[in-house]
Amino acid sequence: MVVHEQGEQVDHGRRMVNWLLGSSLGVLFVSIFYPIVKYLIPPKLAEPTTVSVTLPWKLAELKANSGRIFRFKSLPGILVKTSGGDLRAFSAVCTHLQCTVQYREDRQDIWCACHNGVYDLNGKNISGPPPRPLEALKLNVRGDQIIVMKG
Amino acid sequence: MAVVRITAWLEERIDLWPIRHFIQKKVIPVHRHSVWYYFGGMTLFLFAIQVATGILLTLYYRPSGEEAYESVQFIMTDVQFGWLVRSIHSWSANLMVLMMMIHAFSVYLMQAYRKPRELTWVTGMLLFGIVLFFGFSGYLLPWNVLSYFATKVGTEIAGQFPLVGHLLMRLLRGGDEVTGATVSRFYGIHIAILPALTTAILALHLFLVQKQGMSVPPSVERAHRGQPLRAMPFVPNFLLRDLFGWFVTLGLLAALAALFPWELGQKADPFAPAPAGIRPEWYFVFMFQSLKYIPAKIGPFDGEVLGVLGFSLGGLFLLLVPFLDKKSALGEPSPLFRRIGIGIIAYIVIFTVLGYVAPAVP
Repeated sequence: MVVHEQGEQVDHGRRMVNWLLGSSLGVLFVSIFYPIVKYLIPPKLAEPTTVSVTLPWKLAELKANSGRIFRFKSLPGILVKTSGGDLRAFSAVCTHLQCTVQYREDRQDIWCACHNGVYDLNGKNISGPPPRPLEALKLNVRGDQIIVMKG
Repeated sequence: MAVVRITAWLEERIDLWPIRHFIQKKVIPVHRHSVWYYFGGMTLFLFAIQVATGILLTLYYRPSGEEAYESVQFIMTDVQFGWLVRSIHSWSANLMVLMMMIHAFSVYLMQAYRKPRELTWVTGMLLFGIVLFFGFSGYLLPWNVLSYFATKVGTEIAGQFPLVGHLLMRLLRGGDEVTGATVSRFYGIHIAILPALTTAILALHLFLVQKQGMSVPPSVERAHRGQPLRAMPFVPNFLLRDLFGWFVTLGLLAALAALFPWELGQKADPFAPAPAGIRPEWYFVFMFQSLKYIPAKIGPFDGEVLGVLGFSLGGLFLLLVPFLDKKSALGEPSPLFRRIGIGIIAYIVIFTVLGYVAPAVP
């Protein structure tokens, strides 16, 4: 009976030691890996405050039925002058897997070469894998200058 | 003789008996499928070339958005034999992926993954994934137009995974976009993280292969019921045949690298459209071509999400096949898994060919 009680006490003590050892090892590993995991996640960069960009080309330079890529903040945008002379601007990032689109003069549409996505001149996805239209950008023409803003 | 004296000197200090015993004991079964035993060793040989040429390239390569392209250009034009080292690294990478695929699928079709070799198969599949990631991360490092868009698409595909996708994408890119930070990160992955993982898993893979010996296809085992199989000693008979194959491969690599030096292309420009006819490395073409055919929406889901999940499930199936194929584990014929394997190979071959012959413009 006495032996039995001692055995129980030993078991209890051993469980306690095991638990303390185990949990302090756990805490040790967490305190090592937490900073590593956090280190691996890149910091968010501050978004630029300007939301409008003046394009480097004059209005008169642009031919009808042509498209050009421009820098809109950190991402590419596309400016299209339709054969009717209308100006349109979109984000040039394909909504499928983010390749950069281009204007096709022969077909008068916007095309992504990576997976054959096609958009019409309103930015609407009309064939291929893109799930959404291109993001439209707002255009402002002041004299000969073209200014693009987030729509 | 010097060799004898050195061996004797070592023998006095270390017990070489286990190594001697192992070399004398190791045999390779001889049967009509024996030819497939060469491809694992061939993959290992090409990996050794990758390590050697990769170390050489690190001496001149600079992993940043401003300098990566220029430093590869420097290696190709100014460094003596730089073009050769880089070309061999690129060609050998491609041959290594090819040999690994042949090795993996021959192991699959011979059902060498069955009990007791489940862990060998699992470590092999992990190595398969690592090698593909080696290819993907190395492709970006020259920072040219093709590698820029390949990385954009590839990391975006990783971003399609439910829940963890976005974090995974940012982790890979080292930010929200593919930039010079991505080059630095891929460089770290390519030359430190993946080699460390490879070393550990490859050591385990090779240890298991040595511990368990070569697997014999169940069909051959059944045909020889009761009778012992013919076998050849690994040293020197099989090893000499291996060496012959490696020697031929080395010659092929040198010829390919000299006659078709790996191109560098145009420097990456985040503000240029993706070029027409763009296509990933051949071993990703079957996935690339599949993504082209999947419609934008399937019910409420984005097509590419389902595509990515489909390929993940395929990979998971291959990883777990020793635990799914219960018949092979018992040494019985397992036609279902054989057909699935042939189906997967046929899918990869057909979609790869389509990727090269189907018209690129709608």
